[in-house]
Amino acid sequence: MATPVEHILHLYKRFGFGISLEDAKLLRPKKLGEIVNELFNASIVSTGLSAVSIDSIPKAKDAMTEGMNKKELNKMINLYSENLNTDWVKQLVNTKAVVREKQTLFWHNHFACRLRNPYLMQELNNVHRQFAFSHFRELLFNVSKHAAMLQFLNNQQNKKQHPNENFARELMELFTLGRGNYTELDVKESARAFTGWSFNKDTFEYEFKEKQHDFDKKIFLKREGNFGGEDIINIIMDQKQTAYFLCKKMYAYYVNDVVDEKLVKELADFYYLNQYDTDKLLRKIALSDWFYAPKNRGNKIKSPIDFLVTLNRQFNIEYESNTTLIVIQRGLGQLLFYPPNVAGWAGGKSWINSSTLILRLRLPSMLLNSGVIDIETEDDDPDDGIMAMTKSSYKNYKTQVNWEKIITEYKTTELDEVAAVLLGSKPEEELKTIIKADTGSTKELILKLVSLPHYQLY
Amino acid sequence: MDRRDFLKHSGLASGYFLIPSFLKPLETLGINEGVTKKRNLIVIQFSGGNDGLNTVIPYNNDIYYKLRKNIGIKKENVIALDNELGLNPAMTAFKELYDQGYVSIINNVGYPNPDRSHFRSMDIWQSASSSKDYISTGWLGRYLDSQCQFPYQAIEIDTNLSLALKGKKLSGIATKNAKQLFEETKAPYFDSVTSYIKPEMLDEDNLGYLYKTMLSTTSSAKYIYDTQKTYTNISEYPNTEFGRQLKTAATFINSGLNTSVYYVSLGSFDTHVGQLNKQQDLLTQYSEGVSALVKNLKEANTFDDTLIVTFSEFGRRVEENASGGTDHGTASNMFIVGAQLKKKGIFNEAPDLVNLVDGDLKHHIDFRQVYATLLDKWLMADSTTVLNEKFMTLGFI
Repeated sequence: MATPVEHILHLYKRFGFGISLEDAKLLRPKKLGEIVNELFNASIVSTGLSAVSIDSIPKAKDAMTEGMNKKELNKMINLYSENLNTDWVKQLVNTKAVVREKQTLFWHNHFACRLRNPYLMQELNNVHRQFAFSHFRELLFNVSKHAAMLQFLNNQQNKKQHPNENFARELMELFTLGRGNYTELDVKESARAFTGWSFNKDTFEYEFKEKQHDFDKKIFLKREGNFGGEDIINIIMDQKQTAYFLCKKMYAYYVNDVVDEKLVKELADFYYLNQYDTDKLLRKIALSDWFYAPKNRGNKIKSPIDFLVTLNRQFNIEYESNTTLIVIQRGLGQLLFYPPNVAGWAGGKSWINSSTLILRLRLPSMLLNSGVIDIETEDDDPDDGIMAMTKSSYKNYKTQVNWEKIITEYKTTELDEVAAVLLGSKPEEELKTIIKADTGSTKELILKLVSLPHYQLY
Repeated sequence: MDRRDFLKHSGLASGYFLIPSFLKPLETLGINEGVTKKRNLIVIQFSGGNDGLNTVIPYNNDIYYKLRKNIGIKKENVIALDNELGLNPAMTAFKELYDQGYVSIINNVGYPNPDRSHFRSMDIWQSASSSKDYISTGWLGRYLDSQCQFPYQAIEIDTNLSLALKGKKLSGIATKNAKQLFEETKAPYFDSVTSYIKPEMLDEDNLGYLYKTMLSTTSSAKYIYDTQKTYTNISEYPNTEFGRQLKTAATFINSGLNTSVYYVSLGSFDTHVGQLNKQQDLLTQYSEGVSALVKNLKEANTFDDTLIVTFSEFGRRVEENASGGTDHGTASNMFIVGAQLKKKGIFNEAPDLVNLVDGDLKHHIDFRQVYATLLDKWLMADSTTVLNEKFMTLGFI
């Protein structure tokens, strides 16, 4: 049985960054199961980022003895941070393993982390990618024992004499159970269990510092024992609430901001029963009838990264300078590797305010016309790396687009079809009449479509 | 410019969607309907963590000089305020405001379990959360949610909108240049789509939300542009970016814009290295900028309705570091400038340099008490709703 083109488009928009009309039409004769399989199988490979190596940046102390001053060191860190960021953006634009990258973006936000060490940020990101589809327990262990997370959540300071609760709290509040499903006492007790979880300052390998660990009895989620950190994580994984919490977040991410409680509970049962097998869960969503229901299509607001990556995939934009990509992310409110806090980006409607919407509506026509991108960014805080490094006013960021190819692709296509590929929701009938009435060329038509608010949806 | 040229430059043909605008956004929304003009609040953010101890200097405290052998401001250079505290020598213009009774200095402002990361601490100050909570809206954004209808009611004089002005239902608007903002929303595609929007499209789904934001942005941009045009600001300001931003704020205020909140930033105060010159330069910009602003507002009789509040995400370590600078600290001072102060001068006790926590100052006043005071007593809002908690207000206004 053939699959409707609009289902294929929807699948690729949500589990990837879109698909061309031509490719969608080629898939049409296949069954949905086959299409989903192909899509997911393309993500079996995992290619990590490698912009920074462990010895790329000298430690502050060594840098000083090598005669490097703080300013030069900062500059170096910023350069690597920029490369790391833009390498990922380019990978998002070019990879065939789209589901893996989509899920890596999910974990990037779920396990939000922000450090002035691009190497650690890269390595944590590679863990998110490598274990993107694994059993969640495996991912959680790898993240929890990662130098980036241990440092970010101050577990280096979590010692028997002075427990630091930061990691234990976020583990439960943001990574697994969600607020209201544990007590303050649970936070205190589990923090003790994670004392001594540390890392080697040279290799960044996980290290357990026995001397700092509290081996005494703890009471956690009504269980009692001489728990270590591993036990705590295992107990958390035993709670069905963890499956529910994760499924609710993934439902909102892949399906609809407004969650259907009944479906989320079904997914949570399934996820729990399958030992948190993320691969199985995502395939199940992609194969469900309800995923393709009209109310779940074209109703989500693109994240800035979805917006940027999709636009680049649709039009193969070439940038004269990498900095352009940074400036755009900042202007739109989502710079990769710089989440606003450990809770990540709030997403949904919060992406949109007057300033970001104006930019979103203007950006496609500016980029596609090699126009001037007049985003001004300010220098708030030199310690904050590339978040602030692009001080510039009204710079010209040159871009190049191969319009001939695009025009050939869309020339003979009906407006409805072009709209179905490019836009989230269909333009209203009246709007369509208006677009058509005054449109000279295919290029003009496309520019109009990508400048509609409908282009913000997917 | 012919049609083809325009298409080349802006990406879109000029004048497309040549249909009568059967709905004019302004009329639909009633841009000033239900907006009662409250007073003006100007928030000035010192980004990067300003060193409070070299701003308001405990110049008779030996510990200060002992811990700051290199960067301590010499007693003879301090602009004395009383026999304990004095201002940084860069702040002569600010001292004039102080002498006129327009300044209240609140010492030792901070929050429990302080975070020394710039971005986290700024997040805490802007969202008004505790250090263990994460809130994705700002305190001024929630003020908008609680009693405003339009983005223009809170304006950030900047290109990007800060978290502080982002609400759940309503966010402020960022602009450095009213004309440019207006022109961006007048671009052919934006303009024609907004004139096509009908009331029934403004529902709760995401497309409805996008339409609504487009409409309120267009209306706000036009309203701001049209209103500020009516006032020509010939007042002189320091020729700095900060000076220009303050001038823009004053122009908006003096033109009678129905805006309650203005937000301006100055930075960067992150003085790990070579602090003295860097901070003095910034404090000069601040002091002269605010002085010009007050003068400008007084000329137009708007100073009585305006309060200017200055904060930074944290102060800096009491002891200097080895590079002629200071590292990230905790509690610091805030400045309140206005003509309606109930307590003028130094509001509370000077920093205690003896009882430090990890080398940092202890806070005595929670910054959310300052916010609660501004919300309840100045903006006539309900601080408990906005801050999600009841904080004791203070007596500076």
